Amino acid sequence: MSIPVDVMAPVGKGIRKQPSRRNLELVLLIFAWAVGVLGTLQIGWANGVEPNSQLWITTGVVGVLALVMHGMVRWKARYADPFLLPVATLLTILGLVMIYRLDVAATERAVLNGSPSPTPDAYSQLTWFTVAVILFVSVLFLLRDHRILQRYTYTFGFAGLVLLVLPLAPIIGTTVNGATLWVRLGGFSFQPAELAKILLTIFFAGYLVEKRDSLALVRTKFLGIGFPRLKDLGPLIVAWLVSLGVLVFQRDLGTSLLFFGLFVSMLYIATQRRSWLILGGLMFIVGAVLAYFAFGHVRLRVTVWLDPWTYANDDGYQIVQSLFGLANGGILGAGLGQGFPNLVPFANTDFIVAALGEELGVTGLIAMLLLYAILVERGLRAAVSVRDSFGQLLAAGLSITLALQVFVIIGGVTRLIPLTGLTTPFLSYGGSSLIANWIIVALLLRISDRARRPEVTMPSPDEAVTQVVRRV
Amino acid sequence: MSRPIRRIAFVLGILLVALLVNVTVIQVVLAGDYRDRPGNQRVLLEEYDRERGPILVGSNPVARSKETGDTLKYLRVYSDGPLYAPVTGFYSLVYGATGLERTENRILTGSSSLFVVDRAEQLFAGRQPVGGAVTTTINARAQKAAFDGLRGKKGAVVAIEPSTGRILASVQFPSFDPNILSSHDPAAIRDYYATLEADPGKPLLNRPIVSLNPPGSTFKIVTAAAALASGRFTPDTVIPGPRTYDLPDSTKKIRNWNGQSCGPGDLVTLRQALAISCNTAFAWLGNQLGADALRTQADLMGFDQSFDIPLRAATSHFPEDPDDPQTAMSAIGQFDVRATALQMAMVGAAVANSGKTMNPYLVQEVRGPDLAILQTTEPSLYEQAMTAVNAAQLTEMLVNVVENGTGSNAQIPGVRVAGKTGTAQTGNDNPAVAWFVAFAPAQSPQVAVAVVVEDAGAAEVSGNQLAAPIARAVIEAVLR
Repeated sequence: MSIPVDVMAPVGKGIRKQPSRRNLELVLLIFAWAVGVLGTLQIGWANGVEPNSQLWITTGVVGVLALVMHGMVRWKARYADPFLLPVATLLTILGLVMIYRLDVAATERAVLNGSPSPTPDAYSQLTWFTVAVILFVSVLFLLRDHRILQRYTYTFGFAGLVLLVLPLAPIIGTTVNGATLWVRLGGFSFQPAELAKILLTIFFAGYLVEKRDSLALVRTKFLGIGFPRLKDLGPLIVAWLVSLGVLVFQRDLGTSLLFFGLFVSMLYIATQRRSWLILGGLMFIVGAVLAYFAFGHVRLRVTVWLDPWTYANDDGYQIVQSLFGLANGGILGAGLGQGFPNLVPFANTDFIVAALGEELGVTGLIAMLLLYAILVERGLRAAVSVRDSFGQLLAAGLSITLALQVFVIIGGVTRLIPLTGLTTPFLSYGGSSLIANWIIVALLLRISDRARRPEVTMPSPDEAVTQVVRRV
Repeated sequence: MSRPIRRIAFVLGILLVALLVNVTVIQVVLAGDYRDRPGNQRVLLEEYDRERGPILVGSNPVARSKETGDTLKYLRVYSDGPLYAPVTGFYSLVYGATGLERTENRILTGSSSLFVVDRAEQLFAGRQPVGGAVTTTINARAQKAAFDGLRGKKGAVVAIEPSTGRILASVQFPSFDPNILSSHDPAAIRDYYATLEADPGKPLLNRPIVSLNPPGSTFKIVTAAAALASGRFTPDTVIPGPRTYDLPDSTKKIRNWNGQSCGPGDLVTLRQALAISCNTAFAWLGNQLGADALRTQADLMGFDQSFDIPLRAATSHFPEDPDDPQTAMSAIGQFDVRATALQMAMVGAAVANSGKTMNPYLVQEVRGPDLAILQTTEPSLYEQAMTAVNAAQLTEMLVNVVENGTGSNAQIPGVRVAGKTGTAQTGNDNPAVAWFVAFAPAQSPQVAVAVVVEDAGAAEVSGNQLAAPIARAVIEAVLR
């Protein structure tokens, strides 16, 4: 395999120390936390809720969690990208703030109707965030080098597939809102597809590194583009069938789309053959057409997408309410705590972007999309700068998953494409999604740390001096 | 591998731009369009979030917004709710708005283009817009007098200032309490609305301007006006007034209400025929004038036209193509002639105003949140319905009705009152509708009033007994 020369830059220049930029990360984290505190206070002011001790404790916990992550990065991934952690934290905090805001609205409504107050979701989301931080810390602590993952390529592949089909298992599998993507164990329910997407990305990376040479072989040329050998089509067809299977048996359009898109782009990155993209694109079109004609639920999604107004009171209710919310937001938004985001069903999960768009306006939404863009860009940057192919593929794959998921769900909520049920990374209420995305951040940090770490063939003079001082 | 990654990054960048453009289009370009779509509750909820301007009678806010502690920040409260309900309407979470609350909504919410300057100020200062005030033309004393007079009956009263068309009173009974319908309690709203809908008195109907009834003998004012306009008749012209009038081409007869002949030798002057409400004479007159002449006269006074005062009033009508017997019946306000109380008040007002029919209106002026007058309604002429000479003659004839004829209960010492009674059958079995149309003082009229009482019993006297006292009370209230 060939390593592009430009990414080899730091090698052998052990004299100058790479700046770790951890202090910048800390400053940005404090900023993210401050945004959260101000947002929470603003919601309180707008709705006549006095800041109470509970609120201070909650924001305090969030601050501590952010510091714990920062400390872990300082300790175990010094040279990691300084933007990944603060941006992901800011998105999570924005999600928490919006979930809290929707709790306030739900409570107000309950008081108005004289019904008992619903359990607030913000606290359980905070609990999930805590769990996510524990896993984040564990990944950074236990996984010293991302290349270790490559050893278990097929184990991850198998585990990923098992997780993917788990919701179909009897007893524990659960269908919610028509889609079978939940597993219920004891009192907890979990969306295994969220975790499966990480495991399968690891598998794809390991598998493609191994097979890329044969997959890149050109058999026939057509219109100046080289096409692969027929017998090498196997993996693509398997991925296609699995995606279709997810669609058919779990009725989960979003996950299906995500997996296929992810696999095809990784295949392209590994082989540098555009033919894979073309083949993948064609298969996507075939699959989409098949799905449209074979499945009522897919057809319905498309019909509602094309003309939601006709279905404004039934199947199109959500999307129409979402559009009303966004329209109400306008340029500057209704203001946090001053809109009516609770009119959109599932406002704190699939449609949280509609809620944010209503209260923060198009300004806020653009800012948020740019946060995602930064996240993905930093992930891809880690991919191009890390030295090993496995790391490159893994970082690229994880960033692409994130990007595709954001596009599919936000595009759906804003009626750019037909609506599919996916969670909005970091923002949506829900443990599985939050945990999975934080593991992705941990992995990207690990890879970027490796990419920016100076080669330790010999300790830098500075470091030696420090060690001497310590010994005294 | 960095080249394909860069390419993928480029594609992802395109997807990002697509999302950015799309949200901008929705939230900036299409936002206004989405806001106006039916089923968008946010608009209503947002309205509840800011202070809605008051509806004023004189300087008294009969509808105003009161700050509450709940999600819906402002509560609409009505002082004397049932009294002003036909004017204000209600402002309901569940059933939307009616009355001036609906037609003047943009003023009351402050979103009217009249407030452009204020809105720009609000945008930059970050303040919530405050609604403007709507001042009605209603005269509180007249409204109260009409309401007290109607109490316990089923009917409506409309009073108009003849020279301008200003509506001084618009009253109905039974009425409803807009406070309950405008509350923030959906269950209570629904319950009350269901009760009102089930009420045979139909309190939710805006009776003064919407309820159509045959005007009966009060329509003889129109027939008399048509007779004078024809030039063939004067108040002193002697016309036939027998005990019964044989309808042309029919075996049916029209009788006088007391079964008597209207004068010696079955002859009667036009003036006397109106004074004693002689059916046979006016039926004969109708056939002499013809349906077209009657309709023309009626239309000049506002029939067959819908008025937005700005509430949409029902269209009163004169039958389109009646045959001779039907024309005779129409001339005495029966058959398919239908009129609202507003319409009959306009008939009285046209005669009172030297024959000029004015466009009726309910909104005197619109004020900004700072109470500066932003718009004043100017009186406007609808049609010249009669010559001034004929109007003066008809006025004298109508004074005669009150002073010497069937309208004696409308007499006010020291005031010359012009008026006309009416009783109509709405169907074979339906109870009669009692009417009284009047204006005063005859020499320089300040108020024209129409009173309609439904389910009045069968006698012709009921116009005088039931309706005339209410008309008198309203006139006294205005003149006092």
